[in-house]
Formats: sequence, structure tokens, C-alpha cells
Amino acid sequence: MFEQQPIRHGLAALALGITASTALAGPTLDAIKQRGTLVCGVHTGLTGFSAPDKTGKYAGIDVDYCKALAAAILGNPDKVKYVPLTAQQRFTALQSGEIDILSRNTTWNSKRDTTMGSVFPGVWFFDGQAFVINSRKNPKVKKLADLDKASVCVETGTTTERNMADYARAHKLSFKPVVFEGQEATEKAFQSGRCDAYTTDASGIAAMLVNLPSRADYTVLPEIISKEPLAPMLRRNDQEFFAIARWMIFALQQAEESGVTQANVLQMKATSKDPAVQRLTGATAEVGKGLGLDSDWAVRAIQAVGNYGESWERNIKPLGLTRGMNSLWNKGGLMYPMPLD
Amino acid sequence: MGRQVPGASLPTAMWSSEHFRNLLYQIALLVLIGTLGTYAVLNLVHNLESRAITIGFSYLAQEAGFDISEKLIDYQPTHSYGRAFAVGLLNTLFVSLLAIVAASVLGLAIGIARLSPNWLLRKLAAAYVEAVRNVPLILQLLLWYGVLTELLPPVADALRIGPAYLSQRGCAMPWPVAHPGWSAALLGLLLALVLSLLWARRARTVRDRCGRAPPVLWPAIGVCLLLPLAAWGAFGAPLEFSQPVLSGFDFEGGKIVLPEFIALLCGLSIYTAAFIAEIVRGGILAVDRGQIDAAEALGLSYGQRLRLVILPQTLRVMIPPLTSQYLNLSKNSSLAVAIGYPDLVSVSNTTLNQTGQAIEAIGLMMAVYLALSLAISGLMNWYNHRVRLVER
Repeated sequence: MFEQQPIRHGLAALALGITASTALAGPTLDAIKQRGTLVCGVHTGLTGFSAPDKTGKYAGIDVDYCKALAAAILGNPDKVKYVPLTAQQRFTALQSGEIDILSRNTTWNSKRDTTMGSVFPGVWFFDGQAFVINSRKNPKVKKLADLDKASVCVETGTTTERNMADYARAHKLSFKPVVFEGQEATEKAFQSGRCDAYTTDASGIAAMLVNLPSRADYTVLPEIISKEPLAPMLRRNDQEFFAIARWMIFALQQAEESGVTQANVLQMKATSKDPAVQRLTGATAEVGKGLGLDSDWAVRAIQAVGNYGESWERNIKPLGLTRGMNSLWNKGGLMYPMPLD
Repeated sequence: MGRQVPGASLPTAMWSSEHFRNLLYQIALLVLIGTLGTYAVLNLVHNLESRAITIGFSYLAQEAGFDISEKLIDYQPTHSYGRAFAVGLLNTLFVSLLAIVAASVLGLAIGIARLSPNWLLRKLAAAYVEAVRNVPLILQLLLWYGVLTELLPPVADALRIGPAYLSQRGCAMPWPVAHPGWSAALLGLLLALVLSLLWARRARTVRDRCGRAPPVLWPAIGVCLLLPLAAWGAFGAPLEFSQPVLSGFDFEGGKIVLPEFIALLCGLSIYTAAFIAEIVRGGILAVDRGQIDAAEALGLSYGQRLRLVILPQTLRVMIPPLTSQYLNLSKNSSLAVAIGYPDLVSVSNTTLNQTGQAIEAIGLMMAVYLALSLAISGLMNWYNHRVRLVER
């Protein structure tokens, strides 16, 4: 896996160089329909976001998003080909056309939105960078300032390396980064005691801890040092697909807001007098038509994965995280679906 | 040369010239390759532009913003990506150079041991070669790193070995505090080495002329000891060492060698030494049996035979395959990323991800490894040439 890394990038670079301009990423939607599958780049194994479940199938909130898209576009949530990617590989995979969409806890920032040929349709999960320590080995560490001069394990290819350096500089602290390729190697080095702390998104830390038998030994420090709006990522110049990806986020959140669930979606479509529900389920307004889909697009997506809140409860709640910023706007959170009309 | 057809017109005559046709084919091939290359580059630029991906190396001047754990030159997160790249490159060069020296010494010893008259030594050396050579390097690196980080005690209960401490965090040892005296001593040592070499050369001319060489070894050792000592003394004989002291999370002061570095150095040198041992063995076996018989007949001991007769002759057989092992080693050092050592690849990967300049970063990495390999290869070829000249 490690050895293939540069080769993989090299090949992707080569592919960009040699493939004729027909590979130009305009009609991703046509390609998906023609192929009959959605190729979705996901995490190699991050519990709650995308990790193989007991039956060996990918599950998680990032996976649910891909399933919802496949259900809306292709009529079947199982018509997804998952491509597991490391942090390192993900952007080249998207740029070179290996995947249709990257749904892999990726932070939305200006550089990625402007210089890398990619765009973000909307935030799928609000997160922030946190630090975890072994409180049995370092009982005195209660806050981040106590970690001055500590060794910190960090995964390469993420925004975390830079956030950590920024925070250290701003707060006159110094951390010794030990940088690994791949999340497993980073976590293993931290657990072995090579580093005093491990830093990544708070959700990533929760996902690691939930799988650790000795999780009682670990403490997550209170400071959240960055904003990490995790979002799906698409290639540019692809307006049709972009619109579907964006409105899928809003549709699933609107479903939660309107009380439309996996269980009651068909019944709501038939009986609800709420205009918002009628538009969402395609009973009245033709939202689907504007997206180049049929009117049942959102119904199929909700049938496949439930509304945003259901997906959250199923995937993220078991990690022990609270909804917080990820609650709907009318519940004190930041999730504000634009109106379907 | 082509056959001349009498009375043929000029173009026909040209076409029938083999030389002319060969030239034409070669030009055609060059044009074809050039066209394909240009097409690939133009197409790449077009594809990147149409996908709104920024192209160019201007990112090298931007602030890197990430820190690096091991650096041979001053580096802060506020420095540029270009400087971060240089830090990674120096780390790669440093670990490759040390590993090449260690692998050569170890490989030579094991190669000789494989042909030793001592049964046990011979078998042990054979077992080493077979075991090490046949296990993938990446596994060996992970093994070494695992041994260092999982089996060694935490930093609070570090093993004390003389003045040094060994723990999960690597090896902390005393280190001289920077002082002009130490630099002077280092310069003195370099000067002494040059003087010794010059003296050895002079001794050889004297031997060729008078048949008897003046002593070389002892004067050389003497000057190598005395000159640095004198320089060190002349600058006030600094005796201040910075001692590693456990404070907080880690040792402070002294010199701390990271476990990533130790694991990489061990892994690379032990792995490559197995291959070098086989090259040494092959080289020794390639020396004509008659040479050894003659040396024995002259009454030379085993050590003398090895040093004076066998090894000088094996060199010329060994150099070409040795070159490719050195090349392998320097390229294999890129596996460092698996065990968290900030080599060229590791730093470039971080750069690549922060900037998104995949093609530029990969291209730069490839260019550096190519240049490094060509440099090693050029150096070894030069040495090979020299060894050849000595051949009689």
C-alpha cells in the first residue's frame, strides 16, 4: 500500500497527460447513467463515516450520502461502487476521473474550492480538530497548553498538520509532529506511546476510541482548534451533477425538518398537506425536473437512507458524539436547508 | 556501406545508402517521440486548465505552514514549501549516505564471512543473507519500527546505557555544546586526513624509487589524533556537553536521534548489506585460484592474502553491481513515509496535499531521485574507471 503511493499518483498524472479531452469532466451525470453505477470515493475505514460493517458492506454517514445519490439518479441505492482512498490519494482520484464524487470527510476550504479543479456542494458534517491523550500515561494534561513540547502523531494529507502548526505559533507552544501515511499507522503509533497525543477531527478521534478496548485510558482535550466543515467534493464544470449533489443535502435535511422519515415517506407523500413536504416528495412542485431527474428522486433517497437525522442517529450517535453544530437550524444547530420550491 | 548502383540518379543513390537511410529513420523516430511528448504536455496543460487546476511551481515560494520533526537546516512553519522540500531532500541524502556506508561495511564483513574457513561463521553468514534478502524491505522497516516503539520502555523509564538513554522516543545522548573549538577540531581532522593521504601517496613513490616504503599507518594515526586535539586545545579546549535531561514529555538537551531515523537506517543498511555480501562473495570467488595459490606460496597469511591480493582484484568485479545496490538503497529510502520519517517523499506528500499540485510535486520528486541516482552512478563509474586503470 505504501509502495504504491507514488506510483498511483504518477499514473494519475500520466492519465491526465495522455487521456484525450473526451475525458473532460463535464458530463459526469451522463457517465453515471450510462455506466449504471455511481463511483464514490470513501474513507478506507472510519467508523461512523465509512467503514465496512459486519457483513462487509460499507456503512456510515458518508456512505449514506452516496447511496442517496444513487437512489435518486439510478433508482437503486446499491448501484454504488466504493473506492476506498487515503487522505493522500483522494484529490488525485477525483481530478483524474477515477471517481464521480468524493464523499470522504473532506474539509471545505478556499484552496480546495479554487485551485484544485473541484467544488463543494454543501456541508455534510460540521467538525473541528481535537487532541486526544493517554490520561493514564499523562495524568497532568488537562488542556492543550499542557501539551507544550509534546510529540503529536498526525496523518499526512490532511488539514490537521497545518492547523496544528498555526495553533502552536499563535499560542507560543511547540509540538513535535510525527507524520504518518494513513490513519491506521498514525493511530497505532499513538497507541504504542510513540506520541503523547494524536490529533485529527473530533469525529475521527471518537471513531478511533469507540473501537478501543482500553478507551477509558484516553481523554479528549477540551480545545477544538479549527473549523472543519466536512463536505462532499466534485469536479468543476459539471453544473447538472453539482445541482443534484447540493440539493440532495438540502432534501435530506428538509426531510428531517418536516418530519419525513424512511418509514413514513410514502404515506407522507400521499397524505401530507404541508407544502414543504409536497414539494420534497414530488407531490406538487417539480423540483426533480429542474435537476434533470423524475419527481420521486427525493422519496427514493429517503427510502434508502432515511432523513439526515436518521442517518446521524444510525451512524454517528454510536460514537458517543452529540449533534451540536450538526443539529437543524431550528434546534440550535447550523444545518439550514435552502427551501425546495 | 550501401552498394553504389552505377548510372543511377542522385536520389536513388542516396536511398540506397544504408548510412543515409539509418540517419533518416533516426530523425523520423526523434520527430515522432518529440511530437508525442509535445502532444502529451500540451494536452496535460489543456486538461488541467479546463479543470481549473492551477499549474506551475510558484507554490514553492508560498508559506508551508507545517512543521517537520527532523531538520538538518533551520526550518520553521513560516518558511516556504521550497525550503521544506530542501529539508526533506537533505534528510533523504543524510540517511542514504549513512546507510550506504553502514551497508558496505556490514556487507563486506558478511561476504568475507560467507567464505570463511570457520564453519559456524560461514553458516551464520549464509543464514543472514538468505533470511534478510528474502523478506520485503517494507516489512523489515515496520518490524524495526515496531521493535523500537513497542518493545522499548516509555520515555519516563528510559534504559540508561552509559551517558545515553534509550526509549520509545529514540536515543538521547550527550552532545557537545556548539563552540569554535569543536569546529576547529573537525577541520583539524579533515586536514589530517588530507595530509595522511598525501603522505601515503608520497610513500608509494618513495617505495617505487628506493624499494622501501617509509611507515604510513602510524604517522597517519598520529596526525589524525594530534591535529584535531591541538586545534581543539588552541580554541580553549571546550569541555561543555549538553546532557539529555528528562523534562515533561521528553528528553531536553543533548542530541535526540528519532526512532524513525534509527529504524530506517537499520532497515536500509541491514537489507542492502545482504545483497552487498553476495556481491562481495561473488567478487572474491571471481579471483583466479592461481592468484591465491601464488599468494599462499609466497607465505602470505589469510588476512594478508585477503587484503593484498584478493580484495583489490575483487573491486573491479564488484563495482558495477555495487553501484546498482547503492542506487536501490537511495531509492528505497522513500519507504520512510511508512514509518513517519520526514524524508523527501513524506514532505512532498504533505506539500502535494496542501497545495494540490500533484503533477508538479511528483515531477519534482522524480527529478530529484533521477538526479541522485545519476550522481551516484556517475561517481561509481568514475571510481570504476580508476580501479580499472590500476589493473595490470
